[in-house]
Amino acid sequence: MINLIEYIWELLQLEYIWRLLPALFSGLAGTLKIFFITILLSLPLGILVAAGRVSKIKPLVTVLQFYIWVMRGTPLLLQIVFIFFGLPYIGITLDRFSAILIAFIFNYAAYFGEIFRGGIESIDKGQYEAAKVLGFNPVQTFIRIILPQVVKIVFPSVANEIITLVKDTSLVYIVGYGELLRAGRIATNRDASLIPLVVVAVFYLALTWILTKIFERIEKRFTYYQ
Amino acid sequence: MVLQVKGLCKSFNEKEVLKNVSFSLKTGEILAIIGRSGSGKTTILRCINNLVKCNRGTIIVDDMVLCKDDEQEKKVVYAKSTEMLQIRKKLGMVFQSFNLFPHMSVLENIIEAPLNVFGVPRQEAIAKAEGLLEMLDLQEKVSAYPFELSGGQQQRVAIARACALNPLIMCLDEPTSALDPELREGIALTIEKLAAKGMGVLLITHDMVFAKRVAQRVIFMEEGQIMEQGSKEEFFDQMSNERIKKFMAE
Repeated sequence: MINLIEYIWELLQLEYIWRLLPALFSGLAGTLKIFFITILLSLPLGILVAAGRVSKIKPLVTVLQFYIWVMRGTPLLLQIVFIFFGLPYIGITLDRFSAILIAFIFNYAAYFGEIFRGGIESIDKGQYEAAKVLGFNPVQTFIRIILPQVVKIVFPSVANEIITLVKDTSLVYIVGYGELLRAGRIATNRDASLIPLVVVAVFYLALTWILTKIFERIEKRFTYYQ
Repeated sequence: MVLQVKGLCKSFNEKEVLKNVSFSLKTGEILAIIGRSGSGKTTILRCINNLVKCNRGTIIVDDMVLCKDDEQEKKVVYAKSTEMLQIRKKLGMVFQSFNLFPHMSVLENIIEAPLNVFGVPRQEAIAKAEGLLEMLDLQEKVSAYPFELSGGQQQRVAIARACALNPLIMCLDEPTSALDPELREGIALTIEKLAAKGMGVLLITHDMVFAKRVAQRVIFMEEGQIMEQGSKEEFFDQMSNERIKKFMAE
């Protein structure tokens, strides 16, 4: 019996995996830091981008269109590189973490902005008219009437984007920031074993599983109206 | 006069939708504007509620000027936004498709504007809403959401919402169009109740039978102009105009 456990232990290299965990967890902490700060700031920014995009202020619309075009038209990886390595050439030097966050927040705000814009445009214009005759000003109309309905409509798309973000955090390896995938690659290179990357994959799967469960719950909460 | 409209003109891209329309509405009066679709009747309602800006004309709500002609500048001058808010308070509007807020319960739909736009204390707003729901026989639906209601119930919620700020004028756009025929009598009774409370009721309809049932005075419109107007009796008994006869026959 004991032999069998030892055999499985050996077979699955659990001891090796156990020894990997501290490094992987510290990598995970880096991943989560980027993830949460990006979500926290890019979602509100995305709503502002969408509000500006549907506004009637022509110059603002043009600027936002250009911003969205650049952000969606170039790889996030390049944006990280340009912000961290490129900005110093014009006299702006950012530390690694700030550069990463700026790239992520502005990139994701562009995507969220377009998702929210689609949601805003799908709201019947009768809602705006009803709000107007009741005396709501445009800001009150947006915050109290339009946005709550938009959130329900765009939620599945936003959730999808958030899951993508989990995996996109691995792009920061390009500037050498410590996160989950980097921790796994270091171990893989050092030990000439694929096991660290397998464990990393399991970590990502666990993260997205938790998120999916949370999203399911939130989506259920939105079913109180149609 | 609780509402005066003088010389109202409106064009959409060269097309004249309203040509010099003038009429007025008294306190407690039920006035129906009838005509075919495209006759401009809905545009009148939209001008009065400032959902579209007119090209020329004067609209006076109670004693407040919503807009008036500026002869020197050759344009229409509108009330400033603070005054506009006071004018809006005097106007209630029930849309053809009701436009309830789907994410809010019946009660929230009704108290939202009093609470957040006009600063009515919460208890007061709720008490007012409950009174209105009772009057409209909706007291069991206080916490329902619009999607759970029938068309007729939704319409009554829309009426309650429009009544929440004690307007002097109630505007209804095609109140029978989204209703089953058997619900028409109900809405007719509701409109009479509002008028009995002293509201001027302005309703837009192409439904002659309904206009005949509920209105005290009728305006017939065609191609952006008032063709005929008069008390219900005058209008329906005499029907001098050939075109009205034709419209009635349809």
